[in-house]
This record gives sequence, structure tokens and C-alpha cells, in this order.
Amino acid sequence: MEPVVSVHGLRKRYGHVDAVAGIDLEVQRGEIFAFLGPNGAGKTTTVEILEGFRTRTSGEVRVLGVDPANSDAAWRNRVGAVLQESNAEPGLTVRESLQLYSGYYLEPRDIDATIALVGLEEKAETLAPQLSGGQRRRLDVALALIGDPELIFLDEPTTGFDPSARRTAWDVIDGLRALGKTVFLTTHYMDEAEQLADRIAVIAGGQIVAEGTPGTLGGRNRMAATIRFTLPEGTGAEDLPVELRALLAGEDGRITLTSQSPLAHVGALAEWARSRGIDLPDLDVRRPTLEDVYLELTRSEA
Amino acid sequence: MILFIRWLLRRRRERRGGEPASAGRTAASRGPLALVLHQAFYDLRGFLRNRQGRFFTLVLPLLFLVIFVAVFGNDKVGRLHLPAKVYYVPGISALAIIAASFVNLVISITVLREEAILKRRRATPVPAWALIAGRTLTALGVSLVSVIVLLLVGRFAYGVRLRAHTIPGLAITAVVGSISFCILAYAFSTLIENEDAAQPMVQAVMLPLYFISGIFIPAVNLPSWLSHVAQVFPVQHLSDGLHHAFAPATTGIGIVWSDIGVLALWGAIGLVFALFRFSWLPKAATG
Repeated sequence: MEPVVSVHGLRKRYGHVDAVAGIDLEVQRGEIFAFLGPNGAGKTTTVEILEGFRTRTSGEVRVLGVDPANSDAAWRNRVGAVLQESNAEPGLTVRESLQLYSGYYLEPRDIDATIALVGLEEKAETLAPQLSGGQRRRLDVALALIGDPELIFLDEPTTGFDPSARRTAWDVIDGLRALGKTVFLTTHYMDEAEQLADRIAVIAGGQIVAEGTPGTLGGRNRMAATIRFTLPEGTGAEDLPVELRALLAGEDGRITLTSQSPLAHVGALAEWARSRGIDLPDLDVRRPTLEDVYLELTRSEA
Repeated sequence: MILFIRWLLRRRRERRGGEPASAGRTAASRGPLALVLHQAFYDLRGFLRNRQGRFFTLVLPLLFLVIFVAVFGNDKVGRLHLPAKVYYVPGISALAIIAASFVNLVISITVLREEAILKRRRATPVPAWALIAGRTLTALGVSLVSVIVLLLVGRFAYGVRLRAHTIPGLAITAVVGSISFCILAYAFSTLIENEDAAQPMVQAVMLPLYFISGIFIPAVNLPSWLSHVAQVFPVQHLSDGLHHAFAPATTGIGIVWSDIGVLALWGAIGLVFALFRFSWLPKAATG
């Protein structure tokens, strides 16, 4: 099946700087795709090219089989966009805003069902500018959904939200998956991508530096785990079995081991400690978080 | 206004097979006129809920009329030595048209653009002309309502009579003036960088023009070079055109084709300018 979004060698040059320096992307139907990167990495530039708001310097772009630079009303009937900076419709309630937008489409979704989908039933008659930031963003999602698009762009949908508003927004975005929509999500929050995305691409300095599922991004599945613990008085790292001593990565009051097979090594450590009658109350085994991977990937380029 | 547009929408729907309002056919599927009326209906709702907009377009012109008539009373003013009240009813009507069609529209367009509301609308299939025509229709409607209120107050509070045969001239001048100023609003908004600058910039242009174009002060009191300057701009021609309909010597439908011509010319210049310069995206764009 043809991908919903396909990008080859996309480049956008401002003056002498490549904001986007030749990237390739593919998004399949029904997928939630997270496009991740620090501020100024080229995320919004890329999305705005895909949405048809910006021209590109070079490269091939197809969104729903159409070049967005030559998009028409028929194409915009199939695409929804939640923009990063757009504000509420002045002087209209939530319901009226949706009525206004639904009139733009040939076959819009049901207004009440859409209000319910984003959880704004109780605010339906509230003036849109009086909503809280989180509610306003959910109205944005509803406005992008009202035309029943196949593909939805969400540009940093939760920036500036408090934790509970983010949770609610995530539930709404997760609900799009149940509707069978394809979602192109940009964010600079790692946990957001991990929570929502089927696939992630990381952009830094205008280039894709990694691509994969939340579990495998940047070789995360192959990266070593960290085992940390504190030994009681009178015991030192030199007392550890040879097998574990070989993994020693740091000793600053607390021992740090790095391990490719944490289960086996924690087992050996437990056996050794029990045989000596030692407890290790602060034992901690940690896999690298997506955040660690992301910081590693974007450190040099950002 | 809202009731009128509702009625128009309902009538159209009935003509197209008598579906009830809730039958789910959207404005976009009912054709261009339905889409423009749809946009105008919601723009008007938004406008009517804006206290500042209501005050500056509907209340302030009325206040000006009351104040000027109170100050000058039965003095004979202007080239035609008309009583002040006869002079100020059409003059302040011109101000009301400009307030709704230009001042309010410039500010409204700038806010919608800078808050990326126009951008979000453009991400939908709605055609650009429908958005522009809808908002222009709203401004035209508000202008005409405001003028009608001024005429009624003039008639019943001050006894300023509009002779029936000049009504077409007055109406045509008001409509052409309003549309031209709406187009100029789209053109002028392209010069404004951000929302905060909209109000000061539009007033910086219009206040001096009000003073030299016979809105506040009859033009006979101006040095001739200043009235020559005023002749170039559309404010003078809108106000002259409306004054003409009230002048006792006027015969026929009360239209001054040269004034209409200058207004239309300004509209045409504005249109060309807007076509080249108008942008749907915020100027203060983010990366």
C-alpha cells in the first residue's frame, strides 16, 4: 500500500543555512508517527511543507499521493492540521466554532460526537477564548477532526501543558488511533512520543539522526543497562566476584556496573550477597530511558 | 442582520428541495453563495459579541452626531450653509461606514492573521474568496445598519429629512464606499506587522483624514492646499457623496458619479495591492 506521507531528500534553505538538510520519511496508513527534535531542529519547517504552507528548496514530497505545494480543496478535505500557534475563533462558542468549520467540508463528522471525542461536552456553550490552554488545544484537535480527515498533523500539541492536561490530550490522541486515522505528531517531549507513537524519527540540525520504534530507537534495545548499589562498611568493589568486577564502571561510594545481560548479572550479584549475608537495599537496575537515547542523539547536533 | 442571513439561508435551502435546516447538507455542498452567507453569519456573531467592536462602530458615531449637533445646533455650516444637523447626519454616516468597513476590519483581519486563525481556516478546504466575501458582507451589513440608525436618529430626533428620490443615490454611495473601504482594509492590513500596531496605525491614518475631509470640520474652513490633499483620498469623496443626497438643491437620485468613481478607483487600487501582498500567515512567524 502507498505510504500516507513519503518524503525523499527534502531540503529547505534559508539564506546560507539548511533548516532541513535532505531528509527521508515514510508514514504508513493508520500509524501514529512521532517527529521528534529540539526547538529549531527543523520540525515545524518540515511539517509546514507537508501541510502545504511552505515551499521547499528541493526534494520529493507526497502526502496522500499529492504534492502539497500543488494541493487543492479536495486534498484539504482529507487532511486535518492542529497548528502550533493558532488561537481560538473570537466571539464563538465551542459548538459554534465547530459549526463554522463543519460548513467548510462536504462530509463533516457529527459535531456532538466530535465534541465528546475531545471531552468538551461541558464546555460546548462556552466562548472558545475563555477555555483553558488545554481545553483550547482539544478544541483545535476537534476543529482538525471535524472534516473527518484521513491524516492529521499535530504540531507540538501539548507544549506548555500541566501534567494532567497532557494526560487528557494523550487520551484524545490515542483515541484517533481507534478511529483509524494516520497521525503525524511533532513534539519535543520524549515521554509523549514513547506514550503515543508507533514509530519515531528524531531530527537534529536538519537531519534525521535516528528512526525506529520507541523500544528500538537509537539502538536502545541493545544499549547496556546500569546496575547500581551500595556495599556495606568493610566491603569493597574488590570483594565482588571476578565476573562482576569486569563490569565495574564507577565507584563513588556507590558501585556502578554496566551490563548487556542484566538478569544474569543481578542473579550473580544476589547469590554473592546472600552468601556473605549482605543486603543491598538501594539496588537499582536501569535501562537507558528514551530520554537518555534522545539526549545522546541530539547532543552534538543541537 | 443575523435574522436576515438566517432567513436567506433558510430560503435557499427551501428552494433546493425543501430540506429542513438539520438535514446535514453543509454550506460547502450548497454552493458559493451558501458558503459566503455561512461565513458572514459566524463572522457577524463574533463581531456582535465584541464589546469594543460594537462601541466603535455602532455607539461612537451616534455619540459624535449627538455632540456635534449639540455644539453647532442651528449654525449654518459648510459650502452650502446648511444647518449643522443637516450637515452632520451624512458626515457622521461616512464616519460610521469607515469605522465598520475599514477601522474595525483592519483590526479584525490583523488579529485573525497574527493569531493564526486565518492560517487554520486555510488548512481547511474553504476557498479564500469565501472567507473574504463573508467578512466583507458582515462589514457591509454593519455599515448599513449603522447608517440607518444615524438616519433614523437624524429624522426623528433632529427632523433631518432625507428626500425619497435621493435614497437610491445615498444607498449606492454607501454600498460602493463600504465595499471600497473593505478592500482597502485588506490592503492596509498587509502593512501592519502585529496586532498591537493595528489600532494605532489605522487611527494615525484615519484621524487626520476625518479632520481634512469634512467629517468633523466643514471643508470650507480649510486652507486650499489642505482641501487639495483631501481630494486625493477616499474619505472626502464618501462624505461628499453622502452630503449631496441631503443638499436641498439636489435633484434626481442624488448621486455624484465623480465621487463614486474615485471611491471605486481606490477600491481597485486596494484590490491590486491586496492581491499581491495579502498573506494568510502570521508575520511574526515562529521557526
